[in-house]
Amino acid sequence: MIPEIGQLALILALLLAVVQGTLPLAGAQRGVKAWMALSRPLAAGQLLFVAVAFLCLTWSFLGSDFSVVNVAKNSNSQLPAHYRIAATWGSHEGSMLLWVLMLSLWMQAVSIFSQSLPREMLSRVLSVMGLISVGFLLFLLLTSNPFERLSPPAAEGNDLNPLLQDPGMVAHPPMLYMGYVGFSVAFAFAIAALLGGRLDATWARWSRPWTTAAWCFLTLGILIGSWWAYNELGWGGWWFWDPVENASFMPWLVGTALVHSLAVTEKRGAFKRWTVLLAICAFSLSLLGTFLVRSGVLTSVHAFATDPARGLFILVFLALVIGGALMLFALRAPHVGGGGRFEMISRETFLLANNVLLIVAAGSVLLGTLYPLVLDALSGGQTKISVGPPYFEAVFVPLMSPMVFLMGVGPVARWKQAALPELWTLLRWAFAVSLASAVLTPLAAGGGSWGLRLGLFLAIWILAATVASVRERIRNFRGAVHERLAMQPRAWWGMTLAHLGVAVFVAGVTVVGTYETERDVRMAIGDTVEMGGNVFRFDGTTEVTGPNYRAARGTVTVLRDGREVLVLHPEKRTYNASGMAMTEAAISTGVLGDLYVSLGEPINARSWSVRIYHKPLVTWIWSGCVLMALGGLLALTDRRYRLRSTQQQRETAVTSAA
Amino acid sequence: MNRFLLPLGAFLVLLGFLFVGLKLNPREVPSPLIGKPVPEFTLPQLHEPAQAFSPRSMRGRVWLLNVWASWCVSCRDEHPLLVEFARSHPVAVVGLNYKDKPGDAQAWLAQLGNPYTLSVSDLDGRVGIDFGVYGVPETFVIDKQGVIRYKQIGPVTTDALQGKILPLIRELEQG
Amino acid sequence: MRAPAAALLAILVALGGVVGAREAVPTAQDPVAARRSVELARKLRCLVCQNQSIAESNADLAVDLRRQIDEQIAAGRTDAQVVAFMTDRYGDFVLYQPPLKATTVLLWAGPALLLLLAVLVLRRALRQQDETPAPAPLTGAERALAARLLRGEATAGRDEAR
Repeated sequence: MIPEIGQLALILALLLAVVQGTLPLAGAQRGVKAWMALSRPLAAGQLLFVAVAFLCLTWSFLGSDFSVVNVAKNSNSQLPAHYRIAATWGSHEGSMLLWVLMLSLWMQAVSIFSQSLPREMLSRVLSVMGLISVGFLLFLLLTSNPFERLSPPAAEGNDLNPLLQDPGMVAHPPMLYMGYVGFSVAFAFAIAALLGGRLDATWARWSRPWTTAAWCFLTLGILIGSWWAYNELGWGGWWFWDPVENASFMPWLVGTALVHSLAVTEKRGAFKRWTVLLAICAFSLSLLGTFLVRSGVLTSVHAFATDPARGLFILVFLALVIGGALMLFALRAPHVGGGGRFEMISRETFLLANNVLLIVAAGSVLLGTLYPLVLDALSGGQTKISVGPPYFEAVFVPLMSPMVFLMGVGPVARWKQAALPELWTLLRWAFAVSLASAVLTPLAAGGGSWGLRLGLFLAIWILAATVASVRERIRNFRGAVHERLAMQPRAWWGMTLAHLGVAVFVAGVTVVGTYETERDVRMAIGDTVEMGGNVFRFDGTTEVTGPNYRAARGTVTVLRDGREVLVLHPEKRTYNASGMAMTEAAISTGVLGDLYVSLGEPINARSWSVRIYHKPLVTWIWSGCVLMALGGLLALTDRRYRLRSTQQQRETAVTSAA
Repeated sequence: MNRFLLPLGAFLVLLGFLFVGLKLNPREVPSPLIGKPVPEFTLPQLHEPAQAFSPRSMRGRVWLLNVWASWCVSCRDEHPLLVEFARSHPVAVVGLNYKDKPGDAQAWLAQLGNPYTLSVSDLDGRVGIDFGVYGVPETFVIDKQGVIRYKQIGPVTTDALQGKILPLIRELEQG
Repeated sequence: MRAPAAALLAILVALGGVVGAREAVPTAQDPVAARRSVELARKLRCLVCQNQSIAESNADLAVDLRRQIDEQIAAGRTDAQVVAFMTDRYGDFVLYQPPLKATTVLLWAGPALLLLLAVLVLRRALRQQDETPAPAPLTGAERALAARLLRGEATAGRDEAR
């Protein structure tokens, strides 16, 4: 009964979405207020029904209702409750339902927080999102019904893939999808503005907080995914350049460019066409990612079980949404006026250069991801190649290094017209400090690669340039330093924090890449390994029984100067339902570095092969991402967004009266 | 020309490739061994381990090398076709029994029928690596000069047999 | 008195260490070779897996190929020879770093071409900005108004319905 309610709710949501995608849009074009007025209640109704459907599916998972195909394939009665909830989005069908739920949430958020928008704008925005919703609901109902019944019901479920049985699975997909889908808001604002023929600084200010919010979610989503891989895969890698990782990274790169471009459009009215194109691209790449994961055109560790019908459906949907949007862009862009003029040396130029580098980087990732497919298609299946980490690293570092360098210059450059001598005066100390540390640190540490020098230079450059920018910023204010700092708007603080996050990230990547050490050893009980001042002693394994697995649980004691400082318990699990073996690494996380121990294979009754890693500063990678996301959140709380609605209402009242 | 049409154009090209990509199988990797001499090996025969087999002994004949194992599920799919082929064609089919237990393999053939002129045991899979085997079953067509001419990845299907393998064998036998 | 006691203690501690634990044996005999083997395995793609290197995968074939790499390194082959061994059998598909060939020129040159294209577009956009006739100089009051308009302070979306 519950699954049927869920399915009915999806159908009702689809009906509402169809109305929402058409009537308010038509109303906005023809000026029919009653039609436009429908958009907000329709959005609320859709959220209600989609949420009901989602809860029904969660309920089926929680109650282990194996008469539902989806549950029978992806759950098991032994599965712990929190993973049963996570299993709701563990399958293709369930994750698509999560996607639609996120879309409804964003729609409702727009409907609540953008009430001050002109009626036409709001109606168009919600209608565009409604149309996207129609596509995904149809996709769910026609090709990927999450509520399909199994007759007769299975006695037991197949279990959730053990790889997915990790705390990361609980948080990663919802965060990531919030980010992906969040770009639909920026997309909808762009389309609405193009439709309304009104693309200006006001439009940029409206879409900016939404874009920042989506960007924060995407940043967090990617970071959790990376951290999950680090924990789960047993050898401590954190990024693999897998096609599906790339699929999430491309919208992030374009989204980052968009966040910066929107700033210019809002402040200076420049780059309007460029900004609107970026808004279209960010969401298009999110959609493309969906296609790549679910169509089977690329092999990836993340790929869902694929079905050509699904691939074709998403492809047609992609063609309609992205093709339609780009067509509209081609028609309307020529009529969009240029913006504020600026000189060759100005903050605008620096931001534009950063945009270009980000887009070229995103383009290169796209090229590397799709090149095997293109070559395969052109050669009729005769030429198969793989493009992996060595390619992406070779391409990425040269593109991102100048971008990171410009990050130091941009914030201190003046809008419209800046002067190089002035910039040099402001930044020379920062430059000297970062150059010195890049040269001296490897000397002190007894050697290092050029990669290390470059990474150190960039990380310290951002840090030092940020200090310079803070000093310059508060120079013209009066009062004590902390008062002057407190006077700065939160949006500015957000930017500063996010940039510092990049510095922390670069430092982490550089140091762990240069100084990580690993030992692959055979250990009998009592054997020791010495690594970086720590002695690891293997104290044997014991058999333990988990809720849905059995495991050999190792005990590795870490000694420093002969004293026991830490006990680690890596596990080798075998899951009951699938018989799959999984490695659970034991990690001791520290600010300065992680100790990472994972069990390999048993060699005989007393000894195991054990992998031990020391990963200095590895947590800085994720901490940097957290800082970036926090910076975005801080910018979101800027008072100009909070005051906007009241201020705008006042202005609207004034202009109406006039 | 409206330069703002460029993004749309680029997207349409991409769309075209994605559409073609839907029909391709990214898991099927063409073999670089086509047109190359068959890798040399000497392996014991499955049914008579005392006797060795080497591809050199097949010079002057067109033959098939079929990689199989009793643990391989899709080998069961192609097996009836191979049995039928062996019954109706005089072409030699050599089985490369890949990473299998000889006892299991013999039982499997006893149960399902033995289409092979002979099978050889590749216990540790080293010969399989020389042949670039990455998924069982795989089938190679080898000509009279001992050159690999075709590789079927995955089970032999009626389509592949009628459309490619048989015509190729006929052509090679004439040459 | 104190120094000899400390020395004795140190010896005891050291002995205790020796008696209680021995240094674990590396899985590979030769750590340098093991390092090379892992580096190589990370650059090679496992064919039966979804998308993993031979180093990461626990698939049967990956284990066999890792053993091949170890044996060939032990036999004194160079990295290039080991890689050639793999591509001779499985094709370029196994290389995560595709070799530069006629078919991959666009892949390797692509990022540079994209950058060039972007710079050209950027230059054109900046030039166009220069070529658009500058508007007649504004009076101070007009300038202030324009700045306010650009900041969006004085407009609130009134001309929306056209």
